[in-house]
Amino acid sequence: MDKLLISPAPHLHSKDSTRRIMRDVIIALMPAVLVSVYFAGLSALLVIVVSVTGCVLVEHLIVRYLMKKKSTVHDLSAVVTGLILALNLPVSSPWWMVLTGCVAAIGIAKMTFGGLGHNLFNPALVARVFLLISFPVQMTNWSVSNSIFRPDRWELPKGLLGAQGQLLDAASGATPLGIIKEGLANGLTMETLSQQHDLSYWHMLFGHIDGSLGEASVLAILLGLAYLLLRKVIKPLIPLSVLVTVAVFAGILWLTDPSMNADPLFHLLTGGLLLGAVFMATDYTTSPMSPLGMLIFGVGIGVVTMIIRIWGAYPEGVSFAILFMNALVPLLNKIKPFPYQKEVSRG
Amino acid sequence: MSKTFSIGGIHPNDRKFSRDHPIEEFPIPKRVFLSMNQHLGMPAVPVVQKGDMVKVGQLIAEPAGFVSAPIHASVSGTVSDVALYPDFLGKKVLTVVIDTSGDDWLESIDRSSEIKHEITDTPQEIFKKISEAGIVGLGGAAFPTHVKLTPLEGMKAEYLILNGAECEPYLTSDYRLMIEHGQEILIGGELMRRVLGDVRGIIGIEENKPRAIELMRKHAAHFLQWEVVPLKKRYPQGGEKQLIDAVLGRKVPSFSLPVSTGAVVQNVGTAYAVYEAVQKNKPLISNVLTVTSSDPSIQRNYHFRTGTPVREFLNAAGAPEQDGTLRFAKVVNGGPMMGKAVANLDGAVMKSTSGLLLLTEKETKRQEPGECIRCSKCFQACPMRLQPYLLYQLALAGRTEALEEHRVFDCIECGCCLYSCPAHLPLLDQIRLARNVSLKNKRKK
Repeated sequence: MDKLLISPAPHLHSKDSTRRIMRDVIIALMPAVLVSVYFAGLSALLVIVVSVTGCVLVEHLIVRYLMKKKSTVHDLSAVVTGLILALNLPVSSPWWMVLTGCVAAIGIAKMTFGGLGHNLFNPALVARVFLLISFPVQMTNWSVSNSIFRPDRWELPKGLLGAQGQLLDAASGATPLGIIKEGLANGLTMETLSQQHDLSYWHMLFGHIDGSLGEASVLAILLGLAYLLLRKVIKPLIPLSVLVTVAVFAGILWLTDPSMNADPLFHLLTGGLLLGAVFMATDYTTSPMSPLGMLIFGVGIGVVTMIIRIWGAYPEGVSFAILFMNALVPLLNKIKPFPYQKEVSRG
Repeated sequence: MSKTFSIGGIHPNDRKFSRDHPIEEFPIPKRVFLSMNQHLGMPAVPVVQKGDMVKVGQLIAEPAGFVSAPIHASVSGTVSDVALYPDFLGKKVLTVVIDTSGDDWLESIDRSSEIKHEITDTPQEIFKKISEAGIVGLGGAAFPTHVKLTPLEGMKAEYLILNGAECEPYLTSDYRLMIEHGQEILIGGELMRRVLGDVRGIIGIEENKPRAIELMRKHAAHFLQWEVVPLKKRYPQGGEKQLIDAVLGRKVPSFSLPVSTGAVVQNVGTAYAVYEAVQKNKPLISNVLTVTSSDPSIQRNYHFRTGTPVREFLNAAGAPEQDGTLRFAKVVNGGPMMGKAVANLDGAVMKSTSGLLLLTEKETKRQEPGECIRCSKCFQACPMRLQPYLLYQLALAGRTEALEEHRVFDCIECGCCLYSCPAHLPLLDQIRLARNVSLKNKRKK
């Protein structure tokens, strides 16, 4: 008898795999990771290492000893969650808080729902919001980054030696969104605010804006986006619809009263908007599968983000907006795709 | 600008290794196995008995109805058996076995290589010759050609599209046929065009075959009604519905025949067979196939007699080792995307066999399936705009009604979903299974 392999068609595969997709996302995250380490120094690296190790470890332990299955960490999805979680945290995050975040992300948001592909909410964002509510002080202790590219901050490193003599590489400050929110609430205008604070778009683009690790540089995120698009990991629809919605929403407000509203570019460049639009709103499992669903999802994130930014209690609303829209994904997935063709068309 | 279809599709590496190998005449086998199931529709009914002497081209089985096709002897010799034999899939089918002696052809068949340009037959005579020659669609589906050329009430054909897309990776038999017998293909196309009435003729060829496009354009210049349309390289462009969409921008509705869009599609190989049947009186007893693999020594195109056992091709190609074991893990009858895995090497190739593809375990072995990560790559790849991930779940749950609601019967089984799935889920396998179960239930009712 001949030994033959028998299986139904197709007999070839694209060689694409979950692991390869995750590897591409990790590569796409590298510019943001490197920029954050460059601008915020070793403490940024520490947050990233603790977060990634924590997420991988938590997943391994749960799958291996609680679910008693073969470990799934080799698919690299826990590494991606760890990296994204780290980028959502301030540089000054204590290690125990980061680890708590890992348990919230992997343990609660991911594995409780059945693991990869089954979670309703983006794990990294669940962890971020969990930490934001549990540790509001640590989570909003924004550090001022000390770039050597900013002459006005050259003096800073000297004063950064702490009381015990240990080297701190950051000092605390407020995010541009926080400055605007508080300032406008206190009756100041955009003009006075930009005179009192450094709100330079140039700095936002290249680096050292105060905030979470991932908010360090818009350019680094855009590099990651370009890579993801090039490798066809994501389609531009979701990020584009989020960004366009935010720009339009902010634009309308700005046109009605430029003195009391930041311009669209400010809203696009600040906070976690780009990080969220590129790396978190595009998470396969927690975003819709049809183009129309993706469009509604993206527009929804943009609108909710702006509502929170303008009228909410928090200066930033991207995380809440994405989680809110995550909850609608099962409904959005009910949308049937446009049928192939119902009637005969004569072109 | 080259055209293409509008929804889904994939871009596999085309691996047309054998494209520059001219068609060789494959040696006549000592024995042929002619299955009565070489076409879609009712199996043919044998008209010969054990012990009968037959000549090449002689009728050995009659069609069992309108949607059926006759079968002719592909070699001369003695009918040694008319019984159930396992075909290449291992399924037992009624088979006429002929032991070859010599190569004695029917005298009515014109065996000269001279091209006969002049068309003397009326459309009725052409139609009769096509149906009597046992011609079936040589693109793979093997649907009897005369049925597709028969007008249906309320549907008027406006276009005849010759399918030269050959979008399956590896296969080069249609390409070689266009390069070496382009004129005959056009005459065959013109014959079918006349049967359909005054319709326009279009030849669709993918861009990865520039020489074929150039040559067919040159030949088409001699005909008023014909033009060549270059197509972008994309799978499954050669699918009937995708080709109509690519060439005419018209979509075939669910549960409708392609002709409802005004287009009739025939493969270029079929056109060549029509030329031979009408102009040379030769029934469909031979075809061209590609025997290929990633091993450069096994990359050929052969003109073969139908009913030749698969093993003969493998032996000729040097596929087995000296101790007789096969160097490859899988033999595919057809292309890698839609072809069927050969289970029985003693089974024979058929009228519509376009290739024998030899794959190593590394090339073809399926990976362990993981979890669906909802990436929607299957949805993006599906040329029928189905939601394979959803159909897969519904199939596993056995929800027949929901499957139908989500248009499972529109699936053309192109395999784009399974090819694209990063989690290696057996999407098409489950969808196909569920659909067959659902079809069976329908028939019972």
